[in-house]
Amino acid sequence: MSRIALNGGLALLVALLFAGSLMAGKFWVPPSAWFSPDPRWWIIAELRLPRAILGLAIGAALGLSGAVLQGFLRNPLADPAVVGVSSSAALGAVAAIVLLGSSAPLVLFGCAMAAACGSMLLLAGLAWRAESAVAFILAGTVLASLGAALTSFLISIAPNPYATAEILDWIMGALTDRSYAEVQLALPFIAIGCGLLFLTGRALDALTLGEAAARSMGLRLERTQLLVVLGTGLAVGASVAVTGIVGFVGLIVPHLLRPLTGARPSALLLPSALGGAALLLAADSLVRLSPGPSEVRLGVAMALLGTPFFFVLLLKLRRSTWN
Amino acid sequence: MELSVSDLAVSLGKRRVLHGIDAVLRPGRVTAILGPNGSGKSTLVRTLAGLLDPDTGQVKLGGKLLARLEPRERARRIGYLPQEATVHWDLRVADLVALGRLPHRAPFAGLSAEDLAAIDTAIETTAIGPLADRLVTQLSGGERARVLLARVLAGQPQWLLADEPLASLDPVHQLDLLDRLRGLAATGMGVVIVLHDLVQAARAADDVLLLRDGRTVAFGPAETALAHQPLRDAFGVEVMVIGDDQGRLLPVPIGRTKTA
Repeated sequence: MSRIALNGGLALLVALLFAGSLMAGKFWVPPSAWFSPDPRWWIIAELRLPRAILGLAIGAALGLSGAVLQGFLRNPLADPAVVGVSSSAALGAVAAIVLLGSSAPLVLFGCAMAAACGSMLLLAGLAWRAESAVAFILAGTVLASLGAALTSFLISIAPNPYATAEILDWIMGALTDRSYAEVQLALPFIAIGCGLLFLTGRALDALTLGEAAARSMGLRLERTQLLVVLGTGLAVGASVAVTGIVGFVGLIVPHLLRPLTGARPSALLLPSALGGAALLLAADSLVRLSPGPSEVRLGVAMALLGTPFFFVLLLKLRRSTWN
Repeated sequence: MELSVSDLAVSLGKRRVLHGIDAVLRPGRVTAILGPNGSGKSTLVRTLAGLLDPDTGQVKLGGKLLARLEPRERARRIGYLPQEATVHWDLRVADLVALGRLPHRAPFAGLSAEDLAAIDTAIETTAIGPLADRLVTQLSGGERARVLLARVLAGQPQWLLADEPLASLDPVHQLDLLDRLRGLAATGMGVVIVLHDLVQAARAADDVLLLRDGRTVAFGPAETALAHQPLRDAFGVEVMVIGDDQGRLLPVPIGRTKTA
């Protein structure tokens, strides 16, 4: 498939799903109500539009960072969760709730961002000038486990059941009731982070041949590592800071699209961003339609969708190494 | 443009691997680097490629310090074919060869007419035209070796540094690759190869650098460097020298040197 056809098709899909996300919900709002003095317009403008914008931006950030991390680590199983950025951001937010006793959007966001970026800088330090991607993955896994353990610890010392409920509610990941305040907070960071990640394309292509060959082609891998770490920290940190943990998008999307791009890592970046946006918009619209008074959590739905996919991926990988 | 090292010492981690190497490598010739395992051959080639920084001494390209060159500028002049033949994603052969143009391309720029011409020439030189649309995983070992060589040639370097390019190739493909490298040297390119096979080195190399424990045992024309005494000193082997039908002298290892 040509690049233009693929990216054009995905962009169209994103546009349709964005419109669908404005329509879908417990109250169905048809397009005819959008541009008229219909009272349902308020639902669109105040509730669904910020939610759709966040879904688009966060899906793109997750898909793109997954594609970049898989290319950088030359590992189809890599995603933002593997390098610890998601659990670090979650730790920051939980710390804000438990230690500062605040769940104001600005405080939550600031703490989550600080923790995400801090852990990514720590990761860069731990893996600095390491010869292989293994050091990076190991350091990331350690950070992810540390983040999860500290989060559990904070939950166990939470001052009251309300705080515990709030934490659990937040960790599960959702776009419910997000407003323009969250959009304003997250969008600039996601945009800058994605910008940095898009700069890595050349280096990712060169890394296809291994680190020695990449450096012999004139690439500064230290610079690439910095772009990857900062870009992921900003884009995924800001995403997790407003939604909680939404996993698997960064894993699934690049993997599905790779065969359509001729497996070239640089050609996979834009499609993965678009595909991530499409997947998150679709999933967020679907969870709203779930029966019952409340919604299925987006993070939970993604995990339910992602786990079987992960198994199939592993089986396929094992089969290809056996043959 | 000459590639030269003077009083070169290189360490990997805390271990000193190369000690006081002096050599002037000339373009238009094939220089083979030989020595026992662990003698520092790969380290020397990686230092020549600018991938390792020397502790002391210098690497110069045409009189200029290699370390002073901007990495992309260096990459345009020196092509490096690593020993590792892993290709991490299943690319199309033509896309893989195109990676060799990275040092010449501006960020986000597509392939220019010049790029495409260089890629075509590289594909022609290595005779991989029929493979261009195949995936890397569908290649045999010999085909893959030629494709990886084409990647380096697409960058049109003045120097080609190849680390054990013959490893895991059968005799026919070894001879084929060596002939191609000789052909490249005949066009004026400087070719440096790490080899293990004394006979292949004698066939293919104009100059030979013999290493042992990170020090130079001999450096000079193949006939003098691949003689009885230098090989005894470098490898601890006795050789029988036989002549081939083109009058070349080939050293064949026949046993270990007895230590008195």
